[in-house]
Amino acid sequence: MSARERLQHPAAWWLWGLGLATAASRTTNPVVLLLVIGVCVLVVVERRDPSTPNPLVAFLVIGAAVVTFRVLMTVVLGNGIRGETVLVTLPRIPLPEWAASIRIGGPVSLESLLFAAYDALRLAAILACIGAANALASPRRLLRYLPATLYDVGTAVVVGLTFAPQLLADARTVRSARALRGHDGRGLRELARLAVPVLETAFERSLGLAASMESRGYGRAVRTTPGGRRAASALALVGALGVLAGLYGLLDSSVGGALGLPLLLVGLLVAGASLVVGASRDGRSGHRRDRWTSTESLTVACGAVAGGVLVAAAAGAWAGIVPTQRAEPPAVPLLAVLAVLVAALPAWFTPRPRRVA
Amino acid sequence: MITFDHVTVHYADAPAPSLRDVTLRIPEGELVLVVGPTGSGKSTLLRTINGLVPHFSGGTLTGSVVVEGHPTSTHRPRDLATVVGLVEQNPASTFVTDVVEDEIAYGMETMGLDPATIRRRVEETLDLFGLTSLRNRPLTALSGGQQQRAAIAAVFAAGPRILVLDEPTSALDPVAAEEVLASLHRIVHDLGVTVVLAEHRLERVVHHADRVILIDEGRTSDLLDPAVAMADSPIHPPLVALSRLAEWSPTPLSIRDARRRAGGLRERLAELAPLGAPGALSAPTRPGSDTVRTTRARILRGGRPVIDDLTLSLASGSVTALMGRNGAGKSTLLGALAGQLPLARGSARIGTDSGWTDPAALPARRRVALVGLVPQQPELLLYTESVATECAAADDDFGVEPGTTRRILDRISGGLDPDRHPRDLSEGQRLELALAVILAGSPKVLLLDEPTRGLDYGAKQRLSAALRELAAAGTTVLLATHDVELAAEVADRVVILADGEVVTDGGAREVLSSSPAFAPQVTKVLLPQTWLTVDEVAAALGRSA
Repeated sequence: MSARERLQHPAAWWLWGLGLATAASRTTNPVVLLLVIGVCVLVVVERRDPSTPNPLVAFLVIGAAVVTFRVLMTVVLGNGIRGETVLVTLPRIPLPEWAASIRIGGPVSLESLLFAAYDALRLAAILACIGAANALASPRRLLRYLPATLYDVGTAVVVGLTFAPQLLADARTVRSARALRGHDGRGLRELARLAVPVLETAFERSLGLAASMESRGYGRAVRTTPGGRRAASALALVGALGVLAGLYGLLDSSVGGALGLPLLLVGLLVAGASLVVGASRDGRSGHRRDRWTSTESLTVACGAVAGGVLVAAAAGAWAGIVPTQRAEPPAVPLLAVLAVLVAALPAWFTPRPRRVA
Repeated sequence: MITFDHVTVHYADAPAPSLRDVTLRIPEGELVLVVGPTGSGKSTLLRTINGLVPHFSGGTLTGSVVVEGHPTSTHRPRDLATVVGLVEQNPASTFVTDVVEDEIAYGMETMGLDPATIRRRVEETLDLFGLTSLRNRPLTALSGGQQQRAAIAAVFAAGPRILVLDEPTSALDPVAAEEVLASLHRIVHDLGVTVVLAEHRLERVVHHADRVILIDEGRTSDLLDPAVAMADSPIHPPLVALSRLAEWSPTPLSIRDARRRAGGLRERLAELAPLGAPGALSAPTRPGSDTVRTTRARILRGGRPVIDDLTLSLASGSVTALMGRNGAGKSTLLGALAGQLPLARGSARIGTDSGWTDPAALPARRRVALVGLVPQQPELLLYTESVATECAAADDDFGVEPGTTRRILDRISGGLDPDRHPRDLSEGQRLELALAVILAGSPKVLLLDEPTRGLDYGAKQRLSAALRELAAAGTTVLLATHDVELAAEVADRVVILADGEVVTDGGAREVLSSSPAFAPQVTKVLLPQTWLTVDEVAAALGRSA
């Protein structure tokens, strides 16, 4: 029997993914964004545990759909950017007076299309980061490190996480089942028909998992009073909300970093307090927990470098971070590119996961 | 010890309670088998033991369930995890982690055992269930039998004194089922664990049981001696039917007991069919011309050949059973014949009036008239709100006269309430509905993937009758199954696959009676004579079964 090979700690991969996602959220420069997606693909290809399914593909597909949809909507509805390079002028549909602010048809300019594509690409890159974290460390592995205080939240997260990636697999199964009834599964009406069985199957699977976790003692409260439990839960909830709001502030530049960072810190503090309160009742123990070694720290650092540099770049309004609204190849901010490339380093120095025999 | 005291369970929105006034005492250290038709409340009964009903499922439970002194009214399932272990019907959907060893450790981690104890118990459990060589394997890469053993091991490792299992062998091939039952046998006999299990395939488990509970429409019997219970249970394995025919008493439950008593019966049968060839008694099969032909087919899944170099042809109007271990490539072959999976090499063709046609090359709309497939999860074919609308949708899908599907359904089913939601039907009823939908397209070739999973004997008999009728009308039927008794009932021919290759191919009687793993119960009792079913024996004796 071969010795069990070490897998990198899941939290390290998720923190790395978060850093990279922060980097992606700060820019609409297509070169940097495509690079982020490229880094995700590279690291996943190099360091994914080959025995688990690869959810990155699904996230990339969703990302591509986002870009396509956004561009199509811009063609039809426009986005308020009046470019000089008009590609084609669609017949304009006259709308009544009260809908004067809405425009259907009319001139389609290259500038407005580029703006829409860049903006959608940003979302696609963030999705790719989440997909990469998903592929590198299954959320189920991450869940083992979740403190008992977050039991209720944790259950919801697991149910949600098993729900999303399975949807695609289910859609495929249901589509081939539809073919057995003589439908080839194309067209909008077909799509609506697919939705019901796909959702039902996925719901049933998730509920099955939740029932199994329940009957196997997940979230057992060991030595606890109802009062203490409620206090810990309340703290955890407030803390999680704070963290979420803070993250949102950090990721969404329109709110501004000023609100994001303090909120995040306060949220982390409250969440930390809840963990301390909850830790006294965390009766779980670990069997062969993943260790946190230097490679884990380095991985997180690489993600942080990418995130940090881009946050600084956005704050300092470096050239090329937000490309100009002109139809020309965007300027490439060299430092930002280098920072994103740093995030690719874990593809080499982290331990290689086991291969399937 | 488990005590039920006047337990009634009523799910919200259900017209009738699922359990009615159940009073039972299950003593320690017994292997108790719950026997009943589908939809009789077996799963509900099992899930009340660890409190999933009603804590997780909803609904109202009146009366009380007390497990080792813990009432389930005040203990949630997670609090009972150290007392009761529950293994659900489909283990693959209940795995929480990704690797065998982690899965076994998971329950103990949630209980907060110290790492040294967990380590020791993990090793012990791996040994006990013969999983040592699989410890680092991903759970998704295991075969069905291995998954089932891993699921039982994972639940057992947490140290419960009671183990509850819902249909542990229904989805397994005969050999894998034996492995699972051997593991259970060991923990009952060596460790004194109480086991409560529900299972439709009685022929596999009844001889392991210490006590039997009969359940029907939510009402349970007392704990009965298995032989007594089987003597007049409406649900019984073929062995019991044979015993009733031969008027043996007490009812034998194992092949060994039955063979000891079968001497007289064998002699009588030998006189009636002197050559030991009862085949002469059964209806002769008239092989028609071929309608299905695969030549040197290779089918890949995930880049790996699952079927390789397979050449097979099926005669029209024949029923062929495709058997073999879990993962031998049965479903893959059916998928390819139904035009759903591409062939990497070779060809798969269906014979039509205008020559041989590749089903994958046809558009879905025309393909369904050639070949119909009932998939392993029949519910995938159903997507409307009620049985009636499902039938109407099928008429529409296949462009047949309205009412056609309904007529087919009424013929093959025991009568379905048209207003029921397909998801609320029992497993067997859902299969009948899916089969009716597929038959509405009147395909020349009918493929069924594992149709008897979760079917009780009554539903199985109706299915056999429907398949025989279809074959007589010229439909070519190919069914992938682990159920040797069903194969013995309906198949003319049996093909056994292993690792994507045909290892045995021949007449059903010849193949089934010559293989120890695939022989039906009647054959095992009457060997060297090769009788397959109780009906055959009854016909020879001139009596009705």
